[in-house]
Amino acid sequence: MREMKNIHTAQVLRERAVQFLIYVAVLLISAVFIWILADLARGGIAHLSWEFLTESPRDAGRAGGIASILVSTLLILLVALLTAVPVAWTSAILLVEFVPADSPFGKTVRFSLHVLAGVPSIVFGLFGNAFFCIYLGLGFSILSGGLTLACMLLPILTSTAEAGLRAVPHAYRMSASALGMTHTAALVHLILPAAAPVLAAGLLLGIGRALAETAALLFTSGYVERMPDSLLDSGRALALHIFDLSMNVPGGDMPAYASALVLAGLLLCINITAMKFAHGLQRRKIMT
Amino acid sequence: MNSNQHTGKPDAFTLGPLEEGPACCDPQPVVQVRNLSLLYDGKIALDKVTLDIYKGCITALIGPSGCGKTSFLSAINRLTDLIPGCRVTGEIRVNNRDIHHPDTHVQRLRRQVGMVFQKPTPFPLSIRRNLSLPLNEHGISNKTEVAAITGQVLRDVGLWDEVHDRLDASALSLSGGQQQRLCIARALALKPQILLMDEPCSALDPLASGVVEDLIRRLRGRYTIVIVTHNLAQARRIANYAAFFWVSGRAGQLIEFGRCQHIFESPSHELTAAYINGVRG
Ligand SMILES: Nc1ncnc2c1ncn2[C@@H]1O[C@H](COP(=O)(O)OP(=O)(O)O)[C@@H](O)[C@H]1O
Ligand SMILES: [Mg+2]
Repeated sequence: MREMKNIHTAQVLRERAVQFLIYVAVLLISAVFIWILADLARGGIAHLSWEFLTESPRDAGRAGGIASILVSTLLILLVALLTAVPVAWTSAILLVEFVPADSPFGKTVRFSLHVLAGVPSIVFGLFGNAFFCIYLGLGFSILSGGLTLACMLLPILTSTAEAGLRAVPHAYRMSASALGMTHTAALVHLILPAAAPVLAAGLLLGIGRALAETAALLFTSGYVERMPDSLLDSGRALALHIFDLSMNVPGGDMPAYASALVLAGLLLCINITAMKFAHGLQRRKIMT
Repeated sequence: MNSNQHTGKPDAFTLGPLEEGPACCDPQPVVQVRNLSLLYDGKIALDKVTLDIYKGCITALIGPSGCGKTSFLSAINRLTDLIPGCRVTGEIRVNNRDIHHPDTHVQRLRRQVGMVFQKPTPFPLSIRRNLSLPLNEHGISNKTEVAAITGQVLRDVGLWDEVHDRLDASALSLSGGQQQRLCIARALALKPQILLMDEPCSALDPLASGVVEDLIRRLRGRYTIVIVTHNLAQARRIANYAAFFWVSGRAGQLIEFGRCQHIFESPSHELTAAYINGVRG
């Protein structure tokens, strides 16, 4: 009897200990997050204004705002997504639907993606500089930067899309075929709609990654802070702007904080949206 | 619904409506299977099966799990094409046409040979769209025609009264038995000639199972049905012909095929007798 009681007490204690550790971990993580946000807000909110968002930077960014920076960032992002998304999603469809999982082709593509995913972004920057800027003659431009980012986004976009497509129950494919539907019809009407929430979540993750990128853009899209006239102009991305203000511009701390606050706000919005989409898949909405 | 048909004397071997259809007295093969062997990754799962499926009749496939019944069904509508590493040899003729002939239009074949799976597989779409999507894919997109077929097949499977006021609700909101009947309706909407059913009742509760069984019985004569069932009583109630499969090693074999009474009353193979008695006693 006493032994049973002891075992019971030990179990309760262990349960408590585990709970305690979990709380500590959660608190730590939240603390880091809140601390960063609070620091950004403390430093940046005073400098943040409507003018800050609508004026171009003056005096190396000490005065003025970040309008041209935002435009450049957006253009780089657009170029990156417009090139990376079609390639990534087509490869994912190919890998899941048309190539046996253990074929040499599938293995090669998957291996390449794993390697690409592990490459540090500065290496992408150097590659982009050598290939897009110099070899293809695009120079320091939004186009070079966007294309370099596209290479960087390929792994994350492809692997999320692949996971999403694989998560679609095999029974849909079987019963669609049993009804004499073609593979393409099943793909368009059943598989892609079912995988859409995951595709969207992957897309948002990719956008977040692209917005936060500095090193890959340093040598490709450059850091001209003027409002770009075309995709062949150099343009400075937001993350790069923050880096430059805080490292190279004495007295640039306030605008750096404000820019960082804008970036953090953007990333927060994107991540919340991404989580909502991922959640949507679990509830498996009906699609009529 | 004539539900008293299968609640009658449990040990009566007369199969009631068995003799009534003229098609079954004068068996006309629609599916001819000759020396069908089936391999998964080089390992044999079905060994040289030769069998005729007769027009308008219900043929029950019985036998223990793993003896290749599902594989046999999937070979008839070439769903085995979808399974990587699956190889089929031998000949299958549907309406005297070799289904492995390069000229065979596999989508058309599958329209002619419908299939219902063990687990109900409605698409995550509305009830209406579940029925109209395959129709659209086969070129039937006229709205009134689609609506007419939808109403018709839902009535055929006895689902109309239950769902007519919520056709735009998700098919996933239906109960298991309703989902299975929707899947049968979806197959019927394409006007198939042959219907393959892989344990259509085994995922359902007894009540829903009885409803689906009655439905299958009503389909007899209008469709040629091949049904896999582990429920021998059910096989005896609804089938005209029965095929007994057995697995030795890994290779499934057809042991005996014949009229339902023969298989159940006087099987010629001792394995069949043992299986039937074993399950019965
Ligand atoms: N996709 C598959 N890949 C490999 N082996 C399979 C596959 N499907 C079935 N098998 C094997 O083939 C044999 C017959 O399976 P199945 O046709 O499902 O039998 P049944 O429906 O009579 O239970 C089993 O031994 C099973 O393990
Ligand atoms: Mg089976």
